[in-house]
Amino acid sequence: MSTTTKPLSQIRNFAIIAHIDHGKSTLADRLIQTCGGLEAREMTEQVLDNMDIERERGITIKAQTVRLAYKAKDGIEYQLNLMDTPGHVDFAYEVSRSLASCEGSLLVVDASQGVEAQTLANVYQAIDNNHEIIPVINKIDLPAAEPEKVRKEIEDVIGLDASDAVLASGKSGLGIDDLLEAIVTRLPAPKGDTTAPTKALLVDSWYDAYLGVVILVRVIDGYLKKGQKIKFMGTGAVREIDRVGMFTPKKVLLDALGPGEMGFITAAIKDISDTKVGDTITDERNPAAAPLPGFKPSIPMVFCSLFPVDASDFEKLKDSLGKLRLNDSSLHYEMESSQALGLGFRCGFLGLLHMEIIQERLSREFDLDLIPTAPSVVYKVYKTSGEVINIYNPVDLPDVVHIEKIEEPLIKATILTPDEYLGGLLQLCQERRGVQLELTYVGSRAMLVYRLPLNEVVFDFYDRLKSISRGYASFDYELDGYQENDLVKMDIRVNEEPVDALAMIVHRSQAERRGRGLCERLKDLIPRQMFRIAVQAAIGGKIIARETISAFRKDVTAKCYGGDITRKKKLLEKQKKGKAKMRMYGTVEIPQSAFINALKMGDDQR
Amino acid sequence: MNTALYIHWPFCAVKCPYCDFNVHVAQDIDQARWAVAYRRGLDHYAQLLPDRAISSVYFGGGTPSLMAAETVAAIIAHIKALWPLAPQAEITLEANPTSTEIEKFKAFRAAGINRLSLGIQALNDQALKFLGRKHDAAAAHRAIETARSVFDRFSFDLIAARPGQNLKDWEDELKQAAQLSGGHLSVYHLTIERNTPFYFQHAQGLFNLPDDDLSADLYERTQDILGAAGLPTYEISNHAAHGHQSAHNLAYWHYRDYIGLGPGAHGRLTLNGVKHATREHQAPPVWLDRVENSGSAAHAFEPLSEQMQFEESLMVGLRLSEGISFSSFSVEGETFEKKIRTLIAEGLLERTQTHLRATLAGRMKLNAVIGFLLADSQEQTSTGAQTV
Repeated sequence: MSTTTKPLSQIRNFAIIAHIDHGKSTLADRLIQTCGGLEAREMTEQVLDNMDIERERGITIKAQTVRLAYKAKDGIEYQLNLMDTPGHVDFAYEVSRSLASCEGSLLVVDASQGVEAQTLANVYQAIDNNHEIIPVINKIDLPAAEPEKVRKEIEDVIGLDASDAVLASGKSGLGIDDLLEAIVTRLPAPKGDTTAPTKALLVDSWYDAYLGVVILVRVIDGYLKKGQKIKFMGTGAVREIDRVGMFTPKKVLLDALGPGEMGFITAAIKDISDTKVGDTITDERNPAAAPLPGFKPSIPMVFCSLFPVDASDFEKLKDSLGKLRLNDSSLHYEMESSQALGLGFRCGFLGLLHMEIIQERLSREFDLDLIPTAPSVVYKVYKTSGEVINIYNPVDLPDVVHIEKIEEPLIKATILTPDEYLGGLLQLCQERRGVQLELTYVGSRAMLVYRLPLNEVVFDFYDRLKSISRGYASFDYELDGYQENDLVKMDIRVNEEPVDALAMIVHRSQAERRGRGLCERLKDLIPRQMFRIAVQAAIGGKIIARETISAFRKDVTAKCYGGDITRKKKLLEKQKKGKAKMRMYGTVEIPQSAFINALKMGDDQR
Repeated sequence: MNTALYIHWPFCAVKCPYCDFNVHVAQDIDQARWAVAYRRGLDHYAQLLPDRAISSVYFGGGTPSLMAAETVAAIIAHIKALWPLAPQAEITLEANPTSTEIEKFKAFRAAGINRLSLGIQALNDQALKFLGRKHDAAAAHRAIETARSVFDRFSFDLIAARPGQNLKDWEDELKQAAQLSGGHLSVYHLTIERNTPFYFQHAQGLFNLPDDDLSADLYERTQDILGAAGLPTYEISNHAAHGHQSAHNLAYWHYRDYIGLGPGAHGRLTLNGVKHATREHQAPPVWLDRVENSGSAAHAFEPLSEQMQFEESLMVGLRLSEGISFSSFSVEGETFEKKIRTLIAEGLLERTQTHLRATLAGRMKLNAVIGFLLADSQEQTSTGAQTV
């Protein structure tokens, strides 16, 4: 068996865990450059963040892997496989996959910012995966850097020994050599068996216009080679490998991937849904006895509907969602028809950031002008018939007489904040029906843990949190089961007719506040018309808020004589055409733009 | 059949900054040549419509008071030669209150004009200046007094809802106007039309118009004051003492037949039982040339479907205080009936024994009322476009 693969003892696989803006991507860039993966002239900022949106927002959405060659002080050239992982909770699923394919993690903490809420969740995941963790205190060259304070925070908040944390600066290159040495000496080598039947973890897959579906793998036992017939143990599909390779980060073709190694394969697969993330790949003729433990599939938690502003863009929206789904199996969508907004799609997302990113990619990459409805969550409705149904869209909520009870998803939220903003944040969590679980201090910072209903968070919680704390508080959450609550469907009615796109499920105690807010906003957004317009918020038959838009008083042509009749008729024709973007509510026509703007603004902005 | 006759004189001494009518500023107009052309144009309509009687004649423009009295006389004489014209038939001429024109009033009277419509527009110098008029308040008074002494009937126009106008100022001006009135008054709210100097000035924010509420208040106050002064409204912008309503303009609003002669003039003529829309070439030189060479400058007549006739009659009929008679509703459908009930419930329309009419609130937003009534009106009747 000819192998160009490395012995296990010379391989190190590691992930990088960091909060947004703590310098993870810059540090990764520096590691790549130091190991000669790219020439200086080839370096763009944040090499691994391929998507424009990733670079601009400083976030990582898709996991990436890079193989580095590092000649250590012991004279041996090691193969380092760097796994760049998303930091955001919405992509926790991607994180879990990435972590499962590594033996160690670098925990990157900004020397002036300290430990953030998001960092916590990811570190705990790494610990759960039995990772060896190297704390890296980054940006130590900044004037505001307080490495000792941060070292203490890592110990107090996370509970990790940070006495031998690496002090580094991704920007200046300071400490990079120490870091590379630490990776080699402190992280364990992967385990594996070169003689056992092939067993590899399907870490991720995506569609590439030139190569078809590209599969990112981590080999556990045996080898993956060009021409080999492989079997996907989960789906049962059999394919022949036509390419084996690695990223340096450039694509480089190889003969084979051996135990402990990471890389990619292609196998003439056209549809990404044929490649299930977490699946085990084995040799068809000499299969492994048992598959690796898989992942639990991601489930969408936040839902909203997307409608094209221009109804003729519906097909384009459908195609675009299809294209995005090629690379994002966590995106769910199905067609929806709204009286107010026409044809669109009800979409399910992993979380708020995921939703925002999809919306932004649709508008940016596919040039679509969209109206998103207010985000909502998945409710469990127990019907009097004994049936339990999931409600993804408030419009679908059954009549109250058929409802036994409604359960809503809860989250456990962790907030880290400088203590001067604590009061405001406590109030925010309280307003949002939160239950305090923990309040601890770490130096001048407070760590708050709250149990909150997800539907109180999906709307504008994060914006409020940021504005209350002037951007200093960080926030992270994990799902924490379902709970029965006094939830009601609130309709917004325009001249007695419900506007489906504005219906929402809210807690009874919040209904009046939110109903009043929405009515007031619509009053400003709906232009005065020939008839008085009543805007109401209602729960069932009960009106809880009401606004009246008075009619305009004067609109009449001053002169209409013999020659003016034709002109006036033309005006009338034009008027009729202008109504294409209007919807009838009783006797009132409401411009679509009023709904768009009502949906655009946060619930509590007044 | 009684038919009204409109003659369009397309020339003005200056063009007013609010005007988007088909008018042209021209000097050295060959009056004799135009007189001949109008007569030829009349001949053409007489051939098409031999069995009509002319119920009223209206010289509009432009500024028809710039016509030579001889031209007017020649045209009226020719009308009388072609069709029966009752001795008491209303023959109106629009006039501007400049001194040269005032001097011609007697000559117009002698030419056969029996009703004058004066473009007074405002009774104070500042407003007249803003409106770009060539006369001042003194000339306005002089014109009104001259008209009173020369003609049995006369009307004058005022422009309301001007920039900066408040209710008190308007009240004073309107009461003064009522006292000066010859039994008929037209009050138009200033409208900014596209492609006029006012349009561009307004777009640049050089002046502001009264907002919806003030504009509505001004309109309502106008109804109160003129009603109390014995000049009740009979159309959106027209007020008259009993018996002083304009017979010619009522022909438009009652959707009767009318001939439109002159550059850009429109008409509505029933031919072989079908109402047609007529339109003459807009450009004065082309109009003149076509009439001289082929006897007519009219474009092809456009037959109007029953639906279109219905829409037009509704559009103009509801402008009248009396409203539109039920007999005009041969094409109403169920949806239409429902819309009418809605408008009645909203206090915008009302029914009398014989008529459907707009209330004051309804007349104030008649464009919206008509828009509402005629939206998707194709569904109301199955009457498609008729071909002739």
